[in-house]
Amino acid sequence: MNETSIPFWRDERVLKWVAQIVFLIATLAFLWYLYHNMITALAQRGLLPSFHFLSLTAGFDIGQHLISYSRNSTYGRAFIVGILNTLEVSAVGIVFATILGIIVGVMRLSTNWLINKIASLYIEIIRNVPLLVLLVFWYTGVFLQMPRLKEAKFLPGPTIISNRGIAMPWGKPTATWHTYLYILLIGLILAAIVWWRLTLIGKRTGRTPLVSAWSTLTFLGMAVLGWLALTLFAHQAPLAPDLPYIKGLRTVGGLELTPEFMALFSGLVFYTAAFIAEVVRAGIQSVSKGQIEAARALGLNGFQTLRLVVFPQALRVIVPPMTSQYLNLTKNSSLAVFIGFPDLYSVAGTIHNQTGRAVEVTTLMMAVYLSFSLVTSVFMNWYNKKIRLVER
Amino acid sequence: MMNREPEQYTTGEVLAPPTERYTVLGWLKKNLFSTWYYTLLTLVTIYILYIVLKPTLIWAFTQAQWQVVVVNLRLFMVGQYPADQVFRIWIALHLLALTAGLAWAIWLPRSRRTGAFLLLIPLALAALPFISSFSRINWILFAVFALAGWGLGTWKPQAMRRPLLALLLAYFPILILLILGVQPILKIVKTNLWGGLLLTMLLAVVGIAVSFPLGILLALGRKSELPIVKFFSIIYIEFIRGVPLVTVLFMAELMLPLFLPPQIVIDNVIRAMAGIILFEAAYMAENVRGGLQAIPTGQYEAAWALGLNGFQTTFFIILPQALRNVIPVLVNQFISLFKDTTLVAIVGLLDLLGIASAVLAQPEFLGKQREVYVFIALIYWVFSYAMSYASRRLEVALGVGER
Repeated sequence: MNETSIPFWRDERVLKWVAQIVFLIATLAFLWYLYHNMITALAQRGLLPSFHFLSLTAGFDIGQHLISYSRNSTYGRAFIVGILNTLEVSAVGIVFATILGIIVGVMRLSTNWLINKIASLYIEIIRNVPLLVLLVFWYTGVFLQMPRLKEAKFLPGPTIISNRGIAMPWGKPTATWHTYLYILLIGLILAAIVWWRLTLIGKRTGRTPLVSAWSTLTFLGMAVLGWLALTLFAHQAPLAPDLPYIKGLRTVGGLELTPEFMALFSGLVFYTAAFIAEVVRAGIQSVSKGQIEAARALGLNGFQTLRLVVFPQALRVIVPPMTSQYLNLTKNSSLAVFIGFPDLYSVAGTIHNQTGRAVEVTTLMMAVYLSFSLVTSVFMNWYNKKIRLVER
Repeated sequence: MMNREPEQYTTGEVLAPPTERYTVLGWLKKNLFSTWYYTLLTLVTIYILYIVLKPTLIWAFTQAQWQVVVVNLRLFMVGQYPADQVFRIWIALHLLALTAGLAWAIWLPRSRRTGAFLLLIPLALAALPFISSFSRINWILFAVFALAGWGLGTWKPQAMRRPLLALLLAYFPILILLILGVQPILKIVKTNLWGGLLLTMLLAVVGIAVSFPLGILLALGRKSELPIVKFFSIIYIEFIRGVPLVTVLFMAELMLPLFLPPQIVIDNVIRAMAGIILFEAAYMAENVRGGLQAIPTGQYEAAWALGLNGFQTTFFIILPQALRNVIPVLVNQFISLFKDTTLVAIVGLLDLLGIASAVLAQPEFLGKQREVYVFIALIYWVFSYAMSYASRRLEVALGVGER
């Protein structure tokens, strides 16, 4: 069989490349056609793509902003405010969803019939209802139905709960706050040193001490000592208590959480926790019973069994789906627009309404969400590689 | 798929495994009060349940004014679909009942549960006190059609196989023609009049029906040996999976009209459908890819050895096995698509959630948020739970993960 005897139109290698080139040309032609249509349509409206509008004055207010913002700020700054709001609610949401998810997941595994059933009921209810319905329910059915400010509920603290949101006691930085931040930094460095030394000792002796516990203790110790030292010698604590109180028609001071934020936060946490609970349950159940029995046979106690045998193995199963739940939560925070929380999507929508620049706004918005996803998955892949099973 | 029992091994005398038997007290002790901290936990839980449930139940049965749901029931179900054309939706439902009845008789002849679902649920709905007599008659008809389908299927199970498959394949186009209308026979009902549960269902059904084949193509593209095809598939899938659905809907609403030549004008509902389809296709593709990866190389090699070409190998050997493996995952994807259709309310469509907001904006229904949202949450829950229940049964029936 001589290879040259195959005519090129029947040679599979040639055909594959021809097929791909045809595919490429067709795809590019299609994309170019769409692009051409778009440019023509935009040119007719006099809105050729340009990001110049980002430096124009926005002229609208944003209810909640982490950096200083007013209606005289630029569209670009409004955009950043939106990004920060999304990041804030996602970060807080991830922390609390993880905690609640782990609790429910462990409850789901309990041998106590009642606890077990409550956890499954919770999971079955939440997972089968759309998040957006939960969000509007939280917003209009719970947080907006709170008593008016005049009849506000007071919880110890004081925490003021009304239909204008929740105001909680918080700390206000004083003159010594900067010094205290340095002390905290030193504490962090010391904790890292402790971590490193203890890991070394563990490797040398084969008896690993409670590495994370000791380094956390070091950090907390520094934090407490620094606080006391500043209070005693500089006569001023780094944070002064900032208590909320009612003044006229609004609350003043403390940490103010708007009903929109609270609704978005609770909706995201309760929804994602149901999914995280299933992830945690699957992870713990994936550790075979023999592993636990073997650990007990070796004389490890219950805590040691969990710390040294169950968790490290369960984590391997838990981390990948947990990553996608975190990403889902971040992406789902875009539903905030429906209840009026000014997240990235909502701010982008307002900017589009004012400027009519659909293409630029969409591009920017998608680029930001994509980079969130990319950063999270890069970090999680790194972590996943770290805790991966080392096969011998 | 014939699993014959090897008869020489079966004996009639196998003892059943011993089952644990408890008295009520014994059960309580084992499951609720086994140790002192479990007892404490149980008591605290009961107390918390009491605190939470008592006001909820009092609210649901005495304080809640469900009148808002009853008055607007038609809006919630079909939106602004013209009242004199609603019979078309019923015809679609009756056709569905007939198909389901046939499928019940032919595929699950022994499943009493399916029968109960098909007959008791419409009859129970017909017995609801607040629905119109037209709906009542139609729910009874629904049960009659299901029974008729079952009768036909039981009467001639072999002869009915082909009509059943034909019905299943034709159902989707018939549904669209019925709801949308065909010019001289049925009046065209514009998509902007579709609303409520009807719109939610149509978005979900169209989304599933179109994104599924697209997803298969993308999955095949991602597994392809051709680097350019693979590259484009990966870019598309990862891009879509990295952004939230609302941004895709936003793009579909605003940029789709720009992409198309000016003489083509498409309305909001079609744009939202396009957005949902483009979004879900990427997720479908990843699910299908999972199934493709589970097929051993031996299957490909055997197909080639038999002289099948690439196309035949893919469509007759690989895909049937791959899809069978991922059916439960796909059902889960369908559930999340069904839930995701709520997001069209953000871009201003009147699906079930959009209608709810519209109803609440009327002055006479101010302050009825809890009733309305609990009602629509219940509807979403019933459909999603039914699907996830079906998927679990299917998983057992297919023996996924047991081979």
